[in-house]
Amino acid sequence: MLSAIVRRLLQTLLVVLVMSALVFAGLYLVGDPVLMLASPEATDAERELVRQSLGLDLPLWQQYFIFLGKAIHLDFGNSFLTGESAMRLILERMPATLELATLAMFLSLAIGVPLGVYAGLRPNSVGARGIMTGSVLGFSLPNFWVGLMLIMLFAVMLGWLPAGGRGPVESYGPLDLSVFNWEGLKSLLLPACTIATAKCALIIRVTRAATRECLPQDYIKFARAKGLREQRVLGIHLLKNILIPIVTIGGLEYGQVFAFAVVTETVFSWPGMGKLLIDSIITLDRPVVVAYLMLTVVFLATLNLLVDIAYTVLDPRVRLEAPA
Amino acid sequence: MSKLETDPALQAAEALAEPPTLVVPAHESLWRVFLAQFVSSKLAVFGFILLLACVVLAVFAPWIAPQNPFDIGTLDIMDSKMPPGSTNMDGTITYWLGTDGQARDIFSAILYGLRISLFVGFVSVSVAFLIGAAVGLVSAYFGGRIDALLMRIVDIQLSFPSILVALILLAVLGKGIDKVIYALIAVQWAYFARAARGAAIVERNREYVEAARCMSLSWHRILWRHVFPNCIPPLMVIATIDLAHAIALEATLSFLGVGVPVTEPSLGMLISNGFEFLMSGNYWISFFPGIALALVVIAINLVGDHLRDILNPRNEI
Amino acid sequence: MSEYATFSGRAESSASSAARGSGPAQVVGGDHGAAGLSPSDLLLDLCGLRTWFHTRDGVVKAVDGVSLQVRAGEILGLVGESGSGKSITGFSLMNLVEYPGRIQAERMWFNGRDLRELTAQEYRQLRGRDMAMIFQDPMMTLNPVLRVDTQMVEAIRAHERVSRKAARDRAIQVLGMVGIPSPEERLLVYPHHLSGGMRQRIAIAIALLNSPRLIIADEPTTALDVTIQGQILYEVQKLCREMGTALIWITHDLAIVSGLADRLAVMYAGRIVETGSTVDIIGAAQHPYTQGLISSIPSVHTRGQALFQIPGSTPSLLNLPTGCPFRARCYRATEQCATDPVLEEAAPAQWVSCWHKGVQA
Repeated sequence: MLSAIVRRLLQTLLVVLVMSALVFAGLYLVGDPVLMLASPEATDAERELVRQSLGLDLPLWQQYFIFLGKAIHLDFGNSFLTGESAMRLILERMPATLELATLAMFLSLAIGVPLGVYAGLRPNSVGARGIMTGSVLGFSLPNFWVGLMLIMLFAVMLGWLPAGGRGPVESYGPLDLSVFNWEGLKSLLLPACTIATAKCALIIRVTRAATRECLPQDYIKFARAKGLREQRVLGIHLLKNILIPIVTIGGLEYGQVFAFAVVTETVFSWPGMGKLLIDSIITLDRPVVVAYLMLTVVFLATLNLLVDIAYTVLDPRVRLEAPA
Repeated sequence: MSKLETDPALQAAEALAEPPTLVVPAHESLWRVFLAQFVSSKLAVFGFILLLACVVLAVFAPWIAPQNPFDIGTLDIMDSKMPPGSTNMDGTITYWLGTDGQARDIFSAILYGLRISLFVGFVSVSVAFLIGAAVGLVSAYFGGRIDALLMRIVDIQLSFPSILVALILLAVLGKGIDKVIYALIAVQWAYFARAARGAAIVERNREYVEAARCMSLSWHRILWRHVFPNCIPPLMVIATIDLAHAIALEATLSFLGVGVPVTEPSLGMLISNGFEFLMSGNYWISFFPGIALALVVIAINLVGDHLRDILNPRNEI
Repeated sequence: MSEYATFSGRAESSASSAARGSGPAQVVGGDHGAAGLSPSDLLLDLCGLRTWFHTRDGVVKAVDGVSLQVRAGEILGLVGESGSGKSITGFSLMNLVEYPGRIQAERMWFNGRDLRELTAQEYRQLRGRDMAMIFQDPMMTLNPVLRVDTQMVEAIRAHERVSRKAARDRAIQVLGMVGIPSPEERLLVYPHHLSGGMRQRIAIAIALLNSPRLIIADEPTTALDVTIQGQILYEVQKLCREMGTALIWITHDLAIVSGLADRLAVMYAGRIVETGSTVDIIGAAQHPYTQGLISSIPSVHTRGQALFQIPGSTPSLLNLPTGCPFRARCYRATEQCATDPVLEEAAPAQWVSCWHKGVQA
């Protein structure tokens, strides 16, 4: 198992390298940042100076290697816009996205799994059909629309929750979080629910499908034939089996939410990484975008590995690597 | 759903009785069977009718809409931000759904916006379908390194969320409806490619392909005339669901400000325009376009969901 | 929470079957006194079992009037083709038939209790303790994500309050009884580490854990290699004799069960067509279907000749013809067979349901 993990880590490293090249090459085509930074009346000579100072006049491959060299030290250069270290910018905003993503996934699982199991147990009941139709709505409605509706209902009409922004933060070691105080939680609730709507729908469908697949299996019938209580049959025999797809898909979705909550953060003016990303893309702030994508690639690849390891723990039939 | 459910007792009963074949009288075509199965879900039929209604509204918008909201000459700035149900000064037009900040009738704006949204959606999905299917079929048919290479590209693209890819592309390409369509095509082709490849790999090993090869048919004829028609069912499922995604994605991009230009607003742009008025209580400017968008997306998803049950029963998620 | 079929027999009086409409009246005379067996001798007294599935396409009469009697310690072989309803009979006895199936019976007594009167809770306590079941496919009987010891210990602790250690010890003991080497180690593995034969032995061990009075074995060796089949047959027979457990062995293979069982019951299309002692049936089968089954078994005597087949195929349980279900394939069929035959005693302790019963010439 250990050697398999090491092999996977090396593969991950390879993927990260390839991605870094792609990201770098891709963003090289993204317009000419100099045009944005220098004032419109700048002469060509002045533009050239700016170009040189940013190292943009070197050939592409040289830029790439310089980039790689610095990247190892987590130095992705400074933002074209603010001049701050790109890495620092991202890390500053990471806790906000972290608490948003975690709360959103937590809500999705806490609500989605029970509903999905119910829908799987009684597929023809009114409740189950309602749940399934609801889930179709959940993931088909655009994210920003859900956010908008929530704002309209809870912020404008009812006035219960704030319409945007982050609440007061408190320090918890290296992280500044707002989720553990009441005001902060109130601000966190609407954006988390917005994200959770679509993810919950997905979890419901996955859980229902898994439940429907596991329920008619012989081992469930055999468990009943042994005279086990129905709670045990469902709570252990069924649950342990359906956890496998739920954990895998839930884990991967968590990664997606964490890395790319751009829309929700925009709608709610949430000071997280996603908002930073989209602003940077629009303003062509290349170092920030590159730094972000690289971090994301590393994060997602690691998450993939962790999910795979979790899979082998949950399902004893599965090994980390497919046999040669 | 009839025989394809996995009700245990039904399975038991089926195991006991003779294997039930789909009772198709000799003269029934597959098309009829498909239609019969489709109408068995009332929700899907409802979705389909709703979708049809939206398409009709969109196509005939210039004749149905009481006002062309993008012809500035017809606007009266005094009528801006009027609540739903009010009329204009001379009582000629009733603003059923109110007006926005530039005195545009929301109802008309929705109709015109529907046109843009649906147009962008249909076109991008159609082109992505063709490109993706072509790539997937070729990849599956030739296998080996071509397959590995093409599918790696597909995988890499699919590992990035569509919004990100679209954002970056649009940042490069700039604004405009055609640019949006290109970006959507670039985002969507990968789904079709992967689905087409999956279906084609199954078909590739079937006997009719071998027979066609024995007859020395050219590879593109085999692919186009023989393999492709059999891959259509799963691709249709993806096409419908993707249409909803495309429309939603375009709306999101427009909402973020990188989508269609202000002169030809889609529903997403309308929603974005109304966002600022939300807090001051003029909810209708965002709300009604939002409802329209939601209805379109829901309608397509209802149809697509049921299609998936019919055409792809094993793929439950 | 269980969706299992409720007994409609509870609400119905045990009035004549005429009130229920079609379906053969199984027992002439109405009680088993005529057979020389008083009800108290019997461990299982089943009469007129009907398990019908009310599906959207019609009523599937999977079991349509089955009567069985099993004495304590007796081995009964329940023989029939695929689709004859034998597995559903077993599930009905355990009350493991799911919606849309419904179980009805005129009489259903087990161990002195009327099964139709049991609540769901009481039935659950009965399952696994007094009546146990072994399933057909050993590959999926055990939960793949739980260890073997978990699955064995829970079977014990569901019925008795014993410590985990005591339960484990009993599990080890029973594993030894079914011939599993190093049982302590076997307990710690997951099912997929074990072969099909091993898993089936574990399933048998689980069935034996609480010393049930009756074990229902639903084709337990069908999915196994022939050599393993023989071993398991032998061991099951030995264990049942030792522990005094009655056994209903459900199978389609008449050859296998003839060496194992004391009595046989032959099923066709949801009904019992012939039942009697093994010796009587194999030696002197009276029902044409049973005769066909026996003739189909290749043996030394049939060597070099064309294999015998019963012509035709089993009818759809959705559209059973009226009268004798075997009519379409029977060489003795006449017009009389359009009415349901009655299960009558054709020879001492041998009951046949046929208008033209008699030993094959």
